[in-house]
Amino acid sequence: MGIDPNNSAWKGFRTGEWRHLVNVRNFIQKNYIPYTGDEGFLAPTTPRTDAVWKRSSELIQEEIKKGIIDVETGKVSGIDNFAPGYIDRENEVIVGLQTDAPLKRIVNLYGGMRMAKSALEQYGYQLDPEIEKHFSAYRKTHNEGVFDAYPKRTRLARTAGLLTGLPDAYGRGRIVGDYRRVPLYGTRFLIEQKQADLDALDGPMTEERIRLREEVQMQIRALEALERMAASYGCDVSVPAGTAREAVQNLYLAYLAGVKENNGAATSLGRTATFLDIYIQRDMDAGLLDEAGAQELIDQFIIKLRLVRHLRTPEYNELFGGDPTWVTEALGGMGVDGRTLVTRTTFRYLHTLTNLGTAPEPNLTVLWSRALPEGFKRYCAKMSIETDSIQYESDELMRPMYGDDYCIACCVSAMAVGKQMQFFGARANLAKSLLYAINGGVDEKKGLLVVPGIERDTDEVLDYPKVLTNYKKVLAYVAELYVDTINIIHYMHDKYAYEASQMALHDTLVERLAAFGVAGLSIAADSLSAIKFAKVRPVRNEQGIAVDFEIEGEFPKYGNDDDRVDDIAVELVSYFSVELKKHPLYRGAIHTLSALTITSNVMYGKKTGSTPDGRKAGEPFAPGANPMHGRDENGALASLNSVAKIPYRAVCQDGASNTFSILPDALGQTAGERVGNLVTILDGYFAQGAHHLNVNVMNRQILIDAMEHPEQYPTLTIRVSGYAVNFHRLTKEQQLEVIRRTFHERV
Amino acid sequence: MLTGRVHSIESMGLVDGPGIRTVVFLQGCRLRCRYCHNPDTWNPDAACRQMTAEELVEKIARFAPYYAGGGGVTFSGGEPLLQPQFLQRALALCRQRGIHTCLDTAGCGSGDYDELLRLTDLVLLDVKHFTEAGYLALTGREMGEHRRFVQRVQALGVPLWIRHVVVPGLTDGEEHIDDLAQYIKTLRGVERVQLLGYHTMGVHKYETLKIPYPLAGVPPMEKETLEKLQQRLDRALGQKDKGGA
Repeated sequence: MGIDPNNSAWKGFRTGEWRHLVNVRNFIQKNYIPYTGDEGFLAPTTPRTDAVWKRSSELIQEEIKKGIIDVETGKVSGIDNFAPGYIDRENEVIVGLQTDAPLKRIVNLYGGMRMAKSALEQYGYQLDPEIEKHFSAYRKTHNEGVFDAYPKRTRLARTAGLLTGLPDAYGRGRIVGDYRRVPLYGTRFLIEQKQADLDALDGPMTEERIRLREEVQMQIRALEALERMAASYGCDVSVPAGTAREAVQNLYLAYLAGVKENNGAATSLGRTATFLDIYIQRDMDAGLLDEAGAQELIDQFIIKLRLVRHLRTPEYNELFGGDPTWVTEALGGMGVDGRTLVTRTTFRYLHTLTNLGTAPEPNLTVLWSRALPEGFKRYCAKMSIETDSIQYESDELMRPMYGDDYCIACCVSAMAVGKQMQFFGARANLAKSLLYAINGGVDEKKGLLVVPGIERDTDEVLDYPKVLTNYKKVLAYVAELYVDTINIIHYMHDKYAYEASQMALHDTLVERLAAFGVAGLSIAADSLSAIKFAKVRPVRNEQGIAVDFEIEGEFPKYGNDDDRVDDIAVELVSYFSVELKKHPLYRGAIHTLSALTITSNVMYGKKTGSTPDGRKAGEPFAPGANPMHGRDENGALASLNSVAKIPYRAVCQDGASNTFSILPDALGQTAGERVGNLVTILDGYFAQGAHHLNVNVMNRQILIDAMEHPEQYPTLTIRVSGYAVNFHRLTKEQQLEVIRRTFHERV
Repeated sequence: MLTGRVHSIESMGLVDGPGIRTVVFLQGCRLRCRYCHNPDTWNPDAACRQMTAEELVEKIARFAPYYAGGGGVTFSGGEPLLQPQFLQRALALCRQRGIHTCLDTAGCGSGDYDELLRLTDLVLLDVKHFTEAGYLALTGREMGEHRRFVQRVQALGVPLWIRHVVVPGLTDGEEHIDDLAQYIKTLRGVERVQLLGYHTMGVHKYETLKIPYPLAGVPPMEKETLEKLQQRLDRALGQKDKGGA
């Protein structure tokens, strides 16, 4: 039993606890070499990569036109249910696809039969009738389980759009296996460890112990299936990887098992660059690999990640536009010992944006610290300016809480790799909740009583203390309902759509985080500010429901670094977080909260009536923790300062998302200044305790989109000769003029 | 309590001085430059924010985390020199806090600039024109005040960035640029020279204010032409005075 610590695959690695038990962090810390230089060493693509990428991009182009390339309708999801597939076999250095052909999607029925069928129908496909017949007859789904258990109050909240985007009709995702364990240890050792865990899980058979025993057995089976799937590609994952190529390959296969088995909304990668750098460096030191070969491994790995797809329903696409998979990789950051975790391979990952061109996936996420090496900071800023494909999150905030081996699931959700998992909880609508406080708990659009026990406000002018008191009552009710709903969802998800391959790469006694979310934070804060500082008169319909609001006078707006309203936003999330924590969670999960909407802010807006801040019914919310566009009157940094006040630790501990958009010209006069200014903005923002920043350095296409969807580009700043202006303050004609001019500059 | 009249604050000024700058636009200007894109800052008595220097600097200091790369505050306008007491107090408070200070000015205030300039780290000098006739035609005022200001800047040795707006058909001639170079050569302490292209982004403000637009029909400056003129100017000034557009 056990693994031979003298096995040849580990030759040259410095020893440590990692040789005797699963501890990837220990392996990294003992063996990695920090890199503090610049990007000068990076290599271009190889002809093999060019061939594979050419074929892949052709397919991606075709997919954009057609919506979908193909679906496998004769099989259902599973780790080893599909024959091996290739893009360009002789040029593929890293192999493995979800199905037997690139971009051919998988049907996952465990989440729900109706959803799978609706997803197929929108693209004109039909499930194999035999499968449909038998699956429906013999297998209950997650969706059926959830709806069997939902109380009436949850159904009402769903219908009204108070709780939306709940993972009760799609895979919850946000579970990140420690895929590094497979190349480092091989599945044989991992199975032995799980078997030992299973044997140790004995004693009184409580519900939790029974459930966990069943799950560990499923995890073992998943690892065996991973071995078979790998073998079908001629790869052996049962033993430790002996070379850099094997390390990348086996890590990818471990990830691939997860996206064959599940269709979770976000299927993130984790934190792999520094780990893989150790293998690459060892091969380079031994003369087995040169820089071109090292980059080829990473380029080809990234190509595979860019081809991950899931079959989605039209409703899902309305929530999360653009077919995202959130293959998030956390890059950089600092170690607890003060050494940077940036390696040459961290650069190689970012360099794929140059070698393969810019792309939304994988979701490259830089863990930012003021202490990061200057060369890396400047390279990140340069790549942001050139590609606008990078997001930044504060390592200084997260490292003290999660240690230095955490990753990001989806967009902002931190978790210790292999030690924590997340129960994804979608969002509660804070703006709608405020309308319930005014309308006696009755939905302003549906006319249904959603929140009982709230007195209807009949004042001619809204009274701040009274509205706030009722609002808190509503939020307390919503918090309890929300916790109850999430408990049901994850109970059923574990039961009917368990992610065995991903959970097999977690510690058996995993810590669970339950990520609640809010939408409409800025609307709620500005509305309360209007009620407090201006005069707000509701316009009520015959039923007495406020359907519009008349505002008289000025009021401070979130996004201007004005404490009078920013404090309201802080108080709101803090209060809601405390209310959530009053209610116990399934499997002892820990409550967290995010202000993150991705693209669903548009849909939340559609479902919400006019609000006291002056926003009209149906108009989109600002995304995440962003201020509403056009309300920041003091420029972008004032807006950043407002968002930086949203507390992370113990409150918005699942992240406060902020999107920052700027044109390259507006960042400074020379390329060097633009890079320097962006680095300074990131340092300055995160120094204030801010959590997340999406940096969009705009191009013309984005400007056109910004005209049509201003809410998506809240702080869009453009440079006009010697000064900078907010894009939304320009008239339509001027916006067109700027776009035309930008176009001329590019020709 | 002495209060200043503040038109607006831009927290992310990246093109008005070095680094990242908080730009404070002060209300009021006596020049009537034909290409002005901020006619809403002309009237010194227009409705605007009134705040004490202490309040203003408190706000400015909120952006100190972004000043690491050489940034700071830029007082612009309008014409910042028209509120000398308030400006002096604000500059002094910034200096106390170690905030780098810039004056973005056309140099058309009301005399006695020495105290202000002692508290100023950099002057962004807007050279409207370098001849009496050209200055008068462009701004509607005589050049004397501008000259007085420049003289004091030179006497006190405050570093300068020169800026000049290039308008098609008005200030875009090669000869004009050569003459500008000759004028700039008479100045000491010039660290940077920037040509700014005329644009039409301020036209709608004239419509709102119901003021006829003096340059109706003049097209925005072509970027390529501007770059060529900037290169010509850089050559005329020699290597050390590098501009950038």
